[in-house]
This record gives sequence, structure tokens and C-alpha cells, in this order.
Amino acid sequence: MDWLQQHLLTGIIFMPTFGAGIILLLPAGRREVIQRVALGVALVTFLLSYMLFVGFRQDETFQFIELLPWVSAFGMGISYHVGVDGISLLLIMLTTFLTPITILSAFDSIDNRVRGFMVALLVMETGMLGVFASLDLFLFYIFWEAMLIPMYLIIGVWGGKRRLYAAMKFVLFTLFGSLLMLVAILAIYSQGHEQFGYYTTNYLELVTLQIAPGAQAWMFLAFALSFAIKVPLFPFHTWLPDAHVEAPTPGSVILAGVLLKMGGYGFLRYCIPLFPLATARFTPLLVTLAVVGIIYGALLAMVQTDMKKLVAYSSISHLGYVVLGIFALSLQSVTGGVIQMVNHGLSTGALFLLVGFIYQRTHTRQISDYGGLASAMPNLAVVFLIVTLASIGLPGLNGFVGEFLIIVGSYRTQPVGAIIAAIGVILSAVYLLWLVHRVFFGPPGAAVAEVSRAGKPLQDLTRREWAVILPMLALIVIMGVYPQPFLRRIEPAVDHLVHSYYASVTPVPFPAGRNEISFSMEEIE
Amino acid sequence: MLTWGDITSTFPELALVVTALGLLLLETLREPPRDKLVWVGLAGIVVALVLEVGFPVYGQFYSGMIAVGDFSRFLNVIFLVLGGGALLLAVPYLRKTLEERGEYYSLVLFATVGMMFMTKAHDLAITFLGLELLSISLYILVGFYRNRVSSNEAGLKYLLLGAFSTGFFLFGAALIYGSTGSTNYDAIRVAILTDNQLSAALTLTGFGLLLIGFSFKVALVPFHMYAPDVYEGAPTSISAFLSTGPKVAGFAALLKLVVVVFAVTTRHWWGAIWVLAALTMTVGNLSALRQDNLKRMLAYSGVAHAGYLAIGILVGSLESAFGIIYYLAVYGATTLAAFGIVAAVEKENEAGLEVTDYRGLARRNPVMAAMFALALLSLAGFPPTAGFFGKFFVFSAAVSEGYIWLVVLAVLNSLVSVYYYLRPVVAMYMETAEDESPVVLPATLVPVLVLLVVVALGLGVFPMLLVSNSAVAAGSLF
Repeated sequence: MDWLQQHLLTGIIFMPTFGAGIILLLPAGRREVIQRVALGVALVTFLLSYMLFVGFRQDETFQFIELLPWVSAFGMGISYHVGVDGISLLLIMLTTFLTPITILSAFDSIDNRVRGFMVALLVMETGMLGVFASLDLFLFYIFWEAMLIPMYLIIGVWGGKRRLYAAMKFVLFTLFGSLLMLVAILAIYSQGHEQFGYYTTNYLELVTLQIAPGAQAWMFLAFALSFAIKVPLFPFHTWLPDAHVEAPTPGSVILAGVLLKMGGYGFLRYCIPLFPLATARFTPLLVTLAVVGIIYGALLAMVQTDMKKLVAYSSISHLGYVVLGIFALSLQSVTGGVIQMVNHGLSTGALFLLVGFIYQRTHTRQISDYGGLASAMPNLAVVFLIVTLASIGLPGLNGFVGEFLIIVGSYRTQPVGAIIAAIGVILSAVYLLWLVHRVFFGPPGAAVAEVSRAGKPLQDLTRREWAVILPMLALIVIMGVYPQPFLRRIEPAVDHLVHSYYASVTPVPFPAGRNEISFSMEEIE
Repeated sequence: MLTWGDITSTFPELALVVTALGLLLLETLREPPRDKLVWVGLAGIVVALVLEVGFPVYGQFYSGMIAVGDFSRFLNVIFLVLGGGALLLAVPYLRKTLEERGEYYSLVLFATVGMMFMTKAHDLAITFLGLELLSISLYILVGFYRNRVSSNEAGLKYLLLGAFSTGFFLFGAALIYGSTGSTNYDAIRVAILTDNQLSAALTLTGFGLLLIGFSFKVALVPFHMYAPDVYEGAPTSISAFLSTGPKVAGFAALLKLVVVVFAVTTRHWWGAIWVLAALTMTVGNLSALRQDNLKRMLAYSGVAHAGYLAIGILVGSLESAFGIIYYLAVYGATTLAAFGIVAAVEKENEAGLEVTDYRGLARRNPVMAAMFALALLSLAGFPPTAGFFGKFFVFSAAVSEGYIWLVVLAVLNSLVSVYYYLRPVVAMYMETAEDESPVVLPATLVPVLVLLVVVALGLGVFPMLLVSNSAVAAGSLF
């Protein structure tokens, strides 16, 4: 048991790759076997990560640490160093939760080169888990980049008509940011050598570095650019709609569900703790971009004619809240940001899945082709409505917890941003409910009519689709009604983050008010 | 005085020379056993490898003209592996085109000996001899296909420009001799450091000319013009050798000169090397973007990599020397394998070299497609491949010496390079061919592909396997 505890995190990270290796050994023709093995591996990974969730001590320290020297010559201290705190724990859970769901949904939606798809997806899971678990800058960078190629293949091989363009755009955008981040990592690495006398990429040591304000500024910008592209923050978002529209449904789910979170996570884990002075300096800039993104994404979502594109733009808007919460830098807002990342992963992931279900039946995503779906597919309509309401932030569903914390928390430090963000909530209700209205109600649209003319009525959710969507619905409700288990785990880490930030930026006083968050339903009411 | 020790220090080279001569003799038989000649050549390589690794020798020999140590040993192993790989790659290619002759294998071995002497050299005269042995063998090999116009043109072009660059090298060596009174590395260094009467202008000019000579060999911009034409015209199995061997050997020899002999002089030339590095990577990458022929694309990619390596030469620290050595090993193995696959996909009449010919390769031969993708991703520097570590080591050495802008330029260049490295990947995996006929993986390519996996992926995950050796090799220079 002890051995398992010590290597649990490594096991979780590499289990998917191990599974991918097994799948590669299977003959490509045995589709069902491949699909089941992939699902099995992803479920085992989830169970292992659940052990992580249960075994996590609720304090601010990094746990389940594993530290092995990796590259050492001339005192180069590059190590395999992984560990989790509350923030990364939640994102790891999100990843391991969404991956099996994605794989299950791919049973229906991916029908060519199944083996390759499963391998790419599982390898990518390793990359994503590694990003969240790394405590070494170098290791982090490796994982960060390593998941690019699988995602590139998923979009490029299994994507839609303009997949080549979208895939290349995705890679070049992401790489542009991350390569500049690499330069900043190299600079920190050599700064560390100057101050410690030895080279190290150990995150826990590097956060103690005292970097001059000027150097902090450009390093912060290099890191922030990389994360801003990933989130994506306005105006670096243009790759996202293309990638989402062209990616196959499982690809979209992973992209929206997990990949985009790596940006928010990067801000929290690297930008703020490593460069507090620069953070203080650039907070207005990032908050502005976040708020612009909230409104801009929402306005663009309103005018989309393609369902998937609409959801993609709503992502830009919703992730603006995350960045606002993070850079408002109060306990509530940052906690809200983390929770909102998970929420967005669930609700937007679910929206992409549902849009995928509909597309599978009618082969069109044009909103104008629809109407009156609710009578043909009542169950799907109900599920869609619930997910939409969660995404809008209806109390009792998960979205509310995050948005509430972000807006309340940032009102104290960024009042203007908070007010505009609140307006954004209304906008998101407008475009999402309007979408529901146009697709599910009213007279039957062309696509619906055509299918019924062909003689076979639109099928409601199949059993497999229920299996895909039910776990997400359950979590959406659980997190909305009883968010404590999640909040309890995030809070200490966020508390530590915010306090050490204000300790490093001494001239800025710590905002007055409550320091701890007690969050319950009574308080909301 | 020639001693037994002197001879033992060059045993590996002697083994290769004997094999090469033996191959030439076998070719004079009335019915030469041509399909077995490659195994003779490989046996020579293996013997040389065993002698090199199994019986390590340290110290200076031949009256200080040759210095053997960890540095030369590490690189000689690379050369021998590259030479062996070039022999293996050549077999299917030569058979496909009905040109299998013993001279080919023999010349590859001679070229390998030349490279080995370039790193063992401790005297400008020996450096020059090694360089010439390498170059002359390559001139012939590039023009090996007597009946192909492209091969002849490439051979002549390479000969003319190569001879020209040799002139620069010799003139530079002469000036250095004129100013320091010696061609011996140690003597030159001592003279530069201590001799107050030394003509700084002569030394500086001499080193500058040496630099130009090397720039031709490793294809630094603006001395790279020949590279794409020559690589394209040469037999593909020779392009594989040409893009790896001389580049690795040239950089190794230049590194040794810069670090051991001209550490002070290099500092005066830093501006020029900065510009050379910046130009080389930018021009190389931007030109590669526009290539549809894979041989030309890989040629420009080689130019771009020379630019990254030139950053390491500019920095000249222990860390950067280590970075260069590691980079060279990885670059050599991956480029060799990439060209090997190009040679295997190529058809008899020099067709099948365009990116579009790679459409659907993932279906036509999944193993080759995966290997080619791996090689390209490693060249592009995607983690967790070894290509990333090479870049990381060189760039981090540069950043810690304060060359941040050059590194920013270098990473932006890597971004550009991703575009063209991914083009064949797109063709192989995301497009379909009109002609879905399967492509055969030649058996002799298998060892090269194994080498690729071990280096590109194995060293990407476990870099320490090579890091400690390259660190020792770099350390022995300082």
C-alpha cells in the first residue's frame, strides 16, 4: 500500500500511455477489442485518481510527491518531480473523468482508424495529466508540448473539411507561445544558477527566486502569452473556433474540457507565484483582456449560425471569467476561477457531446436547419436544457458556484471588471437560451423534416449516449448542490497562493475582509 | 620518431583503411562478389568500433599532431555509426538503380577515416588532411552516377565550391602559421595567449579565413548555396551521408579549434558569428518552407540546424560544447534515418521525392510513416524527442551567457520549421494517395530505424544515456 501511495501519481500519469502501448500491439481490425481496452484503461486511470482524491490531505502542501533525478551534468538539476496540491488535484480529476467519457463517445463518432485515435487520445491524456502534476519547469514544458502532436493528429486526421488548416493553425499558435515560454524558462534556469550556485528546474526551489522587476516583466509576458493563447484570451483566440469546428466531437470535448484549462492552470501555478511583481504590474491588462473576452465571446456567440461554433465562442466568454477570477487575486475569486475551470470542462464538454449526438443523426450543425427537436427527442432536449442552464449559471447547478465566487470575489479588487462580467452572465443566458429555443422548439426545421421524410424518425438518446452523458449530468448537479468536497480541497492551496502573492508585493495591501471562504447554500440564499 | 604507441592510437582508422583498400582489390576480381561487399565494409566498421571503444587510448601521438581522448572517441563513434548507416542505406538504393560497386563502399569508409582524423587532429595540417580525405571521397560519391546528369552536375558543383573553400582554409592556416610560427594546436594557443610580439591582425584574419572554410563545409549562410543543389543531385544514400557526416565532423573540428586554440580570437569575431548563426537559421528555415522536394527540404533543414549549432560555437562555454556534442549525435542519427526513408520511398528514375508522393504512406507502410514522422518531429525539436534536448542544451548555454535575443530568434525559427517538418506528416497521415500501392521497407533500413528509435525516442525519455558521455567528451576539451 505504501508503495502504491508513493508511486500513485506516476501510475496515474503513465497508465494511459501504457494502455496506448497495449493497444498498439492489438491488430488494427479488432475494433471492439481496441475500444474496450481503451475504455478500460481510462477507467482504471480514473479509479486510481479517485484514490488520489480520497487520500489527499486538505492542506496547502504538495502531496504524492515523487522526485527522481533525470538529467544531471554540470549540476543541471532537471528532475522528474511530480506532486499535487488542491488546484492540480481537481484538474487531474477532471481529466481522468472526461477521458473515459470521451472514449465512450468515440465508440459512435469515430469509425475509421479507431486504433490510431485511441492511441492518440490516451497519449494525450498522459500529456495533460503530466502538465497538471509537474513540479519541475522542464518536465512541465515537456508535457505541455508533448500533447500538441496527439491533438494535432486528432484534429488533422479525424476532423472535418478544413481540418488541415485548423490543425496547423492550432499547432503554430500554441507553439508560438510556448517557444517564447521556453526562452523564459531558460532565463529562469540561468537566474537560478546565479542565485543558488547550481542549475535547477525544481519548481519548489525556483519559486523562492528573487528576480529583478524588469526581468520579471518580460518573463511574465512570455509565460502569460503562452497561457493566454491556450486559454484562449482575447485577442489570441482565433485558433479556437477553427479547431473546435473541425475537430471530431471527442476532440472538441477534450479540447474544451481539459486543454484550455492548462492555460488557466499555468497562470495560477507559474505566472503568479514566479513573477509576483510583474503580476501586480500586468493585472490591469489581463483583467481588461478577460473582461473584453467575456463580452466579445458572448456577442460573437450570439451571431453564430453553426451550433459548434456558438459553443466555441461561448467557451471564450466563459474562460474570460476564469482569467478574471484568477487575476482579481482574492481568495473567493481565485477559488471561483478554479471551480469554474472544472465547471466549464463539464458543461461545455457536455454541450459539445450533445451537439455531436445531434449531428450524428442529421449531419448538419446549422442552427437554421433545426427547430422542433424537442418533440422528436424529448430526453435529449431535457438534458440539453439542463446543461445549458448549468452553463448559464443557474443556482443549484455547478456553473453558479464558480460564477458567483468569481463575481463576488473580484468585486472587491476589480469592481468594474466584476460588473461587466455580471452583464456577461445575462448575455450568456441570451445566446444559450436562444440556441435552445431555435433548435428544440418551434416548427420542425429542414433537417428534422428531411430525416422524417426519409421514413425513420429521429431516435432519442441511445443507451450508450445515456451512459456518456449521465455521469456528466450527475457531477453537474452534485457540484451545484454540494460543492464542499471540492472547495475544501482547493481552498488551502488558493489561500497559500494569494497570501504569498500579497506577501511578495508588499506595497499593495492585502484587501480587507474575510480571509476564509465558507460557502454553503444558506449563504447563497 | 614513430613509436608503437603512435600506431595503436590510430588503429581504428587503420582498420578502416585496410578494409577500404580490400574492397577496392575485391572489385578488381574477374567476378567481384558485389552483393557481399557491403558486409566486408560493415565488418571493417565493426572492427573499428571495437578498437575505438574497447581499447581506449589517451594522449598525444605522432609528435603531438594527433590527440586522442574522450572527445575524439565520442565523435568517432558517431562517425562510425554514420558510416555504417550510410553503407546500409546504400544497399537497396544501389541495387534498385543497378549501380552496386565496391568503390562506393570503399569511398564511404575513406570519408569516415577523414572525419575521424578531423577530430583527432591536434595540428592544422592533420585537420586539413582529414578534411581533404573526407571531401575528395565525397566529391566522387556525389558524382557516383556517371550516367545521371543531375549527379554529375552536383559532383562538379561540390568539387568547385569545395576546392574554393579548401583554399580559404589553407590560406587561413598559412596566416596563422605566419603569425604564431606553428601549426600545432598547443603551440598556437600558447603563442596567442603569451606572445606579445604576435600580429593580432594576422591571427584574426587567419582565424576568419578558417571560419569561412568551415562555414562552407557545414553550410552556414551565405556559404550554403551549394547544399540544396548538391544534396538533390547526389544519390539519395549519399545525401544522407553528406548531410550528416561532414556537418558533424566540421562542427566537431570547429568546436575543438574554437575551444582549445582560438578561445580568445573567437571573442573578437563574435559579431560575425552572431550574424552567421542568425542568418543561417533564418535563411535555412525560410527557404525550406518553399521546398516540395524532400531532399531539398532536408538540405535546407540541415542548413537551419547548422545555424542553431553555430549559436553553440559562438557561446563557446563548457555547457555549450556539451550541448553541441549532444546535438550532433542526435542530429546525425535522425537526419540519416530521415534520408534513409526518403531513399527507400524513392523510385528508380529519381521520382517519388516530392511531398505529394508521401500521401497516404501511413496506410501504405505504417512503420515507415511512423518512423519518418518521428525523425521529423525530433528534427523539429518536439519534446519528448531527443531533438528537443539538443536544442535545450545549446539554447540554455546561450541564455546563461546572455545571448537571449539570439535564442528568441532561434525559437521563432523553430516555429517556422515546424510548418515544413509537419508537411510530410500531413501528407502521410491526413491525405490519401491516388496510388495506394504498398511501399516496401528494405531489410537493411531496419538497423537504421532501430537506431532512430533508440536515439530520437529513447534518448528523449532517458537523456542521461548520452548526457554523461557527452559531458565527459566536452569536459575533455577544457
